[in-house]
Amino acid sequence: MTSAHPPLLSPGYKSTILRAPQQAPILLPHSLTELTGPVLGEGPVAAGDADLTLDGSGEAQGQRIVVHGQVRDSDGRPVPDALVEVWQANAAGRYLHKWDRHDAPLDPHFTGVGRSVTDAQGMYRFVTVKPGAYPWGNHPNAWRPAHIHFSLFGRAFTQRLVTQMYFPDDPLFQYDPIYNSVPEFARARMVAGFDLSATVESWALGFRFDIVLTGAAATPMETR
Amino acid sequence: MTGAAMTGAAMTGAPMTGGTPSQTVGPYLSIGLSWDEGPHVVAADAPGAIWLRGVVRDGNGALIPDALVETWQADPEGRFHAAGFRGLGRCATDDDGRYGIRTVKPGVVEGQAPHIDVSVLARGLLHRVVTRVYFSDEPAANESDKVLAQVPADRRGTLIAEQAPDGYRFDITLQGQDETVFFAV
Repeated sequence: MTSAHPPLLSPGYKSTILRAPQQAPILLPHSLTELTGPVLGEGPVAAGDADLTLDGSGEAQGQRIVVHGQVRDSDGRPVPDALVEVWQANAAGRYLHKWDRHDAPLDPHFTGVGRSVTDAQGMYRFVTVKPGAYPWGNHPNAWRPAHIHFSLFGRAFTQRLVTQMYFPDDPLFQYDPIYNSVPEFARARMVAGFDLSATVESWALGFRFDIVLTGAAATPMETR
Repeated sequence: MTGAAMTGAAMTGAPMTGGTPSQTVGPYLSIGLSWDEGPHVVAADAPGAIWLRGVVRDGNGALIPDALVETWQADPEGRFHAAGFRGLGRCATDDDGRYGIRTVKPGVVEGQAPHIDVSVLARGLLHRVVTRVYFSDEPAANESDKVLAQVPADRRGTLIAEQAPDGYRFDITLQGQDETVFFAV
């Protein structure tokens, strides 16, 4: 099996050099601990969490977009009731985080954090603004392509995934060691497609980002 | 049961094509992945509540302030998805690389020694790494555990949480001397 995941040691991304384990991982035979996973449902999600453009006091600045897609397992089955968590920079390329010192404005109406739960067909949907590209200190004149961080649990501990969603045709792809850490054949899987059908006329552009979670899972009957 | 639980591609041995690649959580994970109740698997007054605490270190021994520790475990009777038991803990490390998760010691699952599955995510980790917490006060169960038996004896200690005043201590070293044992799942 050829893994779509990046190697932990990818020296072009300098932070991997002191953080990637050096010992080969030991194969963990799957027991129920691995074949089950948290069933969170709507618990961590509050009303409005899927709309990042409204914080209750005003509207975020930037290009309004809809990001939606389907979460599936490696057999192509939809994964319903899956928690999808996202976080991102604002339209100017700045995160609401104490360590982000990029000289770009914060947006008082944008926290950059969203949560949603997939429906019976495995579909999720967020409304947000397109994040800006931003500079980082990895190498001279380094810029991250615009991206949204995604975090998913799936059905089982084996399926836990954190990834980044990119936007089509970004000229920064070729310079980004994080994007390019992934084997070439799988990079396009991280890039959303422009989706006219998800575009809301006179209001927001639409993008589609489907997510496939690999890893075995128990059926619900087997977890008790 | 493990065999029966494997499905589709995993059972037939066909390649699992099409998986979405992993990417790092980056330095700002805490804005997206911190929950107020994340570190609390159980309430403070739950019978048997303990704190699992530790630090996360890099290959130089430096403390990592932008990591996330997530735990998944059975309840004290060895059950998953029991009513009222979330089973999931999550805690971002603080500026000193520390995490803490309030939970209960899990029961026996399929004959294994009590254990907690752990995912560690961080800036600089392009995908999560997985380890397991075992407990130092379960020497007999640990001795007969099939997973621990696969781990070279001189590295087994990295998987054993030591007793501490309010629970257990489990430090995680991503690289180098004393590197924690990580598993492929």
